[in-house]
Amino acid sequence: MKDIREDIAWVKINQDVMKSLENPRKLYWVILFCAICAFGVGVSCEIYQYRTGMGVANLNNPQVWGLYIATFIFWIGMSHSGTLLSAILHLMHADWRKPIYRFAEAMTTFSLMTAGLFVLVHIGRLWQFYYSLPYPNERGIWPNFQSPLLWDAMAIFTYLSSSILFLFVGMIPDLAIARDNMADGWRRKLYTLLALGWEGTDRQWRNFRVTYLTIACFLIPLAVSVHSIVASDFAMSQAPGWHVTSFPPYFVAGALYSGCAAIITLFIILRYTFRFEEYMTKSILKKIVRLTFAIAMVWTYLNAVEFAAVWYSHDEASKAVLIQKATGTYAPFWWGMIFCGSVVPLVFAFERFQTNIPVLFATSLLLNLGMWLERWMIIAPTFSHGLYPWTWDHDQWPSMVQWGMVFGSFGWFTLLFMIFCKVFPSVSMYEVKEMVYHRTLHLKKSEAAEQGAH
Amino acid sequence: MSKRNLLALYGNFEEAELVVKELRAASISGFNAGDDMVVKSPIEHPEVEEFLGDKPVYVQWFTLVGAVMGGLLGFFLISGGQANFYMQLKGGKPIVPFPPNFILTYEMFILGGVFITILGFLVCAGLPAKRSSLYSRKVSEDNIAILVEVEEAAVSAIRAIFVKHKALEIQEEAGK
Repeated sequence: MKDIREDIAWVKINQDVMKSLENPRKLYWVILFCAICAFGVGVSCEIYQYRTGMGVANLNNPQVWGLYIATFIFWIGMSHSGTLLSAILHLMHADWRKPIYRFAEAMTTFSLMTAGLFVLVHIGRLWQFYYSLPYPNERGIWPNFQSPLLWDAMAIFTYLSSSILFLFVGMIPDLAIARDNMADGWRRKLYTLLALGWEGTDRQWRNFRVTYLTIACFLIPLAVSVHSIVASDFAMSQAPGWHVTSFPPYFVAGALYSGCAAIITLFIILRYTFRFEEYMTKSILKKIVRLTFAIAMVWTYLNAVEFAAVWYSHDEASKAVLIQKATGTYAPFWWGMIFCGSVVPLVFAFERFQTNIPVLFATSLLLNLGMWLERWMIIAPTFSHGLYPWTWDHDQWPSMVQWGMVFGSFGWFTLLFMIFCKVFPSVSMYEVKEMVYHRTLHLKKSEAAEQGAH
Repeated sequence: MSKRNLLALYGNFEEAELVVKELRAASISGFNAGDDMVVKSPIEHPEVEEFLGDKPVYVQWFTLVGAVMGGLLGFFLISGGQANFYMQLKGGKPIVPFPPNFILTYEMFILGGVFITILGFLVCAGLPAKRSSLYSRKVSEDNIAILVEVEEAAVSAIRAIFVKHKALEIQEEAGK
């Protein structure tokens, strides 16, 4: 099974990808419609919450974060997939990433934009958002620079802006191809503007390569810092269940895990919707599945480390939270997280399932359900069973407004992502050509060596 | 003396490489192979750099300056803000604490590095740019283009080399 056919013509690569911008399957429109509806639900909930007050979210003391911050972490985690595929695998010269990294980068950008919305939603008083920005003001006050929440804001802003630039720079040669192949109209004007006059000169390619590599090098520590800072939001507090040293690597592993699972889901959707069967091949899918399996096992191990650290630490409050997670009100969700995150990925260990698209699609959705539950199980049980018994509240249940907003966030992400894939090339044409070119050369060399041996 | 632009298209890198080598070897008056020749390709092709010879890339210097400036700017802005807010009770902690400021400095280091790297890329790659007078959309498909700027007297010699190597297409336009 090959990652890509070596005899595929370069002109055909252009044609196939350009066709995806104009003529997707009907499923595309169905997904877009569902996304708009889901987003509409989220917007309605936000309007209701904005007009009525935060009380409708059923957030109270001690449950002050609820699903908003749990889902915020989920979306931040999702963003790590793009960095993994674009930056880490780029540095490792894993060329099978080339047909799929563009949409993973887009996922990074849009999931960060979705995560950012939850910060705003959770603030409640949207009109006072600017209070949190560090600027000299007549109130004479500054945000607390020692707080991980402010580090978080800075890290996410850096990550979002860097990801957008990385996505854009990597797309410039493809935008030039789109400019050259598109008939007159708004699209051609857009591509002409964004291609910046790219012509593929040796000078442009030389500087392009260095720039792309440099930003990739910046993005890797940045991605790790973003999610370890998110982990610090919890680990730096004294709350039982959060004050754990292993939280930053645990968060980073969880982020890579959910990102990879989401890549499998979107890979399958894009492959069918945009007729990318020749580029998003089963061989590449198999590689992502194996990568996801490895990360799933790392996540499982870190989970076990966390439980063991709590269990043997003799910190009674943390132990009580762990017991409460496993046996209390949240037990079905906590065990659901363990099942979806640690047991379901075992399917990936069987070779016959590694290319079975219906099984992989269902499994990837379950994995992300598990990863969403993980974030919820980090937040809710600790709030419900804190240090002081008189603050315990085991029966708090998020209101429909919170659930609606979570549902809406999936609509918002899908909407942005699907629009992106329809407007911009979601398969990197020039990198697929490079992949084909290098594999052809390799094939020729092998054949020549074989002939020489005879 | 007025100059002309000539563009030749080739279907493979090997042929384009031979053309470049011949253009370099031939001493044609009114044509400087080092400065007057541009190779356009559909992919990032290391062989192009090999046969054109090493040319310096300065993007990393922008990166260095951007990252250092970003880090310094971040640290001093934050420390300035903290020093300006000295009336806040710190409970014996320093007014400008280094460990938390390091994290924000680190983020600004990366932010500055990325932003200025992009600026460096645009400057060094000459972007945004107007499309050059001779351009073929086949370059964005699978052809390699060799664009030369020569004095009128040298046009026929250059064209002969292009023809000799079976150029798929030759475009010619009056230059400066």
